[in-house]
Amino acid sequence: MAEIINMPKLGFDMAEGVLIQWSKQEGDTVKKGDVLADIETDKVTVEIESTVAGTILRLLVNEGDVVPVTAPIAIVGEPGEDVELPVAGDNESVDVDAPITKSAPETPSQTQDKPAPLMSVGTAQQERSVKASPLAKKVARDKNVDLANIVGTGPGGRIVRRDVEAAVASAKASVSPSTFTAISHEDKIVPLTKLRQAIGRRLTEVNQEVPQFFVTHEYKMEAVMEMRTQVNSILPEGEKLSVNDFVVKAVALTLREFPNLNATLADDKVIQHGAVNVGNAVAVEGGLLTVVCKNADQKSLRQISLDVKTMAAQVRAGKIRPEDIEGSTFSISNLGMYDVEHFVAIINPPETAILALGSAKEVPVVEDGEIKAGWRMKATISVDHRISDGAEAAQFMQALARVLENPLLLVV
Amino acid sequence: MARITMREAISQALMEEMDRDPSVFIMGEEVGVWGGTYAVTKGFYDKYGPKRVKDTPIAENAIIGGAIGAAMVGQRPIAELMTINFAFSAMDYIVNQAPKLHYMFGGQIKVPMVIRAVGGGGRQLGATHSQTPDVVFAHFPGLKVVSPGTPEDAKGLLKSAIRSDDPIMFIENATMYQIRGEVPEGEYTTPIGVSKVQRSGTDVTIVTYAKGLELSMKAADQLAKEGIQVEIVDLRSLRPLDMGPVLASFKKTNRAVIVEEGWKSYGIGAEVSSRIYKEAFDYVDAPILRVAQKEVPLPYNHTLEQSALAQVPDIVAAVKEVMK
Repeated sequence: MAEIINMPKLGFDMAEGVLIQWSKQEGDTVKKGDVLADIETDKVTVEIESTVAGTILRLLVNEGDVVPVTAPIAIVGEPGEDVELPVAGDNESVDVDAPITKSAPETPSQTQDKPAPLMSVGTAQQERSVKASPLAKKVARDKNVDLANIVGTGPGGRIVRRDVEAAVASAKASVSPSTFTAISHEDKIVPLTKLRQAIGRRLTEVNQEVPQFFVTHEYKMEAVMEMRTQVNSILPEGEKLSVNDFVVKAVALTLREFPNLNATLADDKVIQHGAVNVGNAVAVEGGLLTVVCKNADQKSLRQISLDVKTMAAQVRAGKIRPEDIEGSTFSISNLGMYDVEHFVAIINPPETAILALGSAKEVPVVEDGEIKAGWRMKATISVDHRISDGAEAAQFMQALARVLENPLLLVV
Repeated sequence: MARITMREAISQALMEEMDRDPSVFIMGEEVGVWGGTYAVTKGFYDKYGPKRVKDTPIAENAIIGGAIGAAMVGQRPIAELMTINFAFSAMDYIVNQAPKLHYMFGGQIKVPMVIRAVGGGGRQLGATHSQTPDVVFAHFPGLKVVSPGTPEDAKGLLKSAIRSDDPIMFIENATMYQIRGEVPEGEYTTPIGVSKVQRSGTDVTIVTYAKGLELSMKAADQLAKEGIQVEIVDLRSLRPLDMGPVLASFKKTNRAVIVEEGWKSYGIGAEVSSRIYKEAFDYVDAPILRVAQKEVPLPYNHTLEQSALAQVPDIVAAVKEVMK
């Protein structure tokens, strides 16, 4: 029985997608789960998998075509099966509610067809563990490199030593003075990716429409650093907590006291969200995405760490699930790993505020009239002035300081 | 340094030790008047006479059993098995008596015996006469198993074996008697139970011995032309097994191929790779591969026999695979 594969709806606001490339041709046999095509949306490029086994009877759209969501893109069935087919490029005319067969699915599964298990740490880890050789893992440990950021070139995509070393070398190369090479004076034209265009469009809107103001606070981080050292000494490799994990939890808890900053403006109303879903900006090739740690105020530090780590690894690897990047109510942008004093982030619409984190550094501080060494981190919140004011933002920053300076609050 | 054959090197070792120690004698099939099936003991009968170069009946039980008895009363017999395949006829003596007497009699008895056995395939001798069952003997604690890959090692290891107070299986490869190599002038011995780097390289480690060394050297030459620098560690003795140089090399290259002439199942590759995984897990950058004989009785037909044996292209392919 022939089945129709449709253009999936990969996000709430997705209206159409570009079929970048077919992975199969007409006449190919496919198993359930085989990749059929690459689809590009505003935000992401994803692989579309076949939901059924059979033979590809027809590919209904061409590579490069823009296809509305839910429109048919392929038909899978038995060889020689006689099917009434819509004409390629005539997608609008097809009534997807009355397809050739009854069981055409709404959306083919994407890279993972199960929702991420949120409660079981073990399962989630097994499913998303990074494939790397023991040596690659050791080198990554020694050089403090996150394997999740590395693309493996070994058999089956395994990360091997050369991949880790290349990552280390390129990180070094990016800061070391470049060697002299002949300079090309040719202009180079680089087309913007869909993601880049989407970022540009949305952030231009924010800067044009949202009156933003900014409040910077310097946080005392000794307690967090000490607790992190203690906790990490008992956590297994690969499950160590980052400073960011502490901040996510602290922000989530603090937002409970400041519902106005965990909100969305809707004309003459403010929707104060019931859930605290903290977005974490992740740099990906060609732009950035925000992975969302849902209900972060309810989660343990370990769960937050695992969530963020695994989602970040997935999106960096190009495996993006809509539920991982949607629904944030407040965002954090962290450039701490790049030795940044502090910076200002642009609000991620439709949120009210975003917190930009600089590096946690050991600096001279004055305490009781004495100069001594202390850990400090500067953070700057950008806030939509239509919803909130400077005083509220400053109080939020102070409340956040209370939590970060007493990090036991994060675990009680 | 003289450049001599493996046959000459083994012959020199035997002669030097017989000259050195009157308790050393040779016994086996066709070792005397005929001069040895592989001409290793040519001239020995005339030089040392029938008491020290004993021709025996075709009775491996008697050869090994007699040698054990002689060793127990203070002689240093060198028992020759025309092929290692005949060892199975004397298996009880080889694995159950010789290696255990010292242990079971509380150290009162020593068995300073060398069993020279000729193994290996590739000479169209049929399934029962072409085997490389080295690992079978290496399985038994108490029996040392030595198998050289160069004339220099053959001479030095055999001299050490003859002087050793332990029973030693000294396995020679029938197709390697003609290979030549540099051998130091004058007296020297090579310690048993010490692996040796026979070729230095940086990219991948081949662990092997005996015939596998000869093949691996050729493979390494080919691979060098393609820019892959192979390091070859020659085990030289299978028991005791010296993992030191293997692990040192592996920690440098992080990739290994193990080459043996015998069958893969339960073989030396399994033993060595297991030890590498245990001792150098954090240095593993690719799964360790094994090159070995196909899992069939060795065919008589030349073409089939050659295709069943591990060959240079198999080693080259395995190295490239492990380098991916």
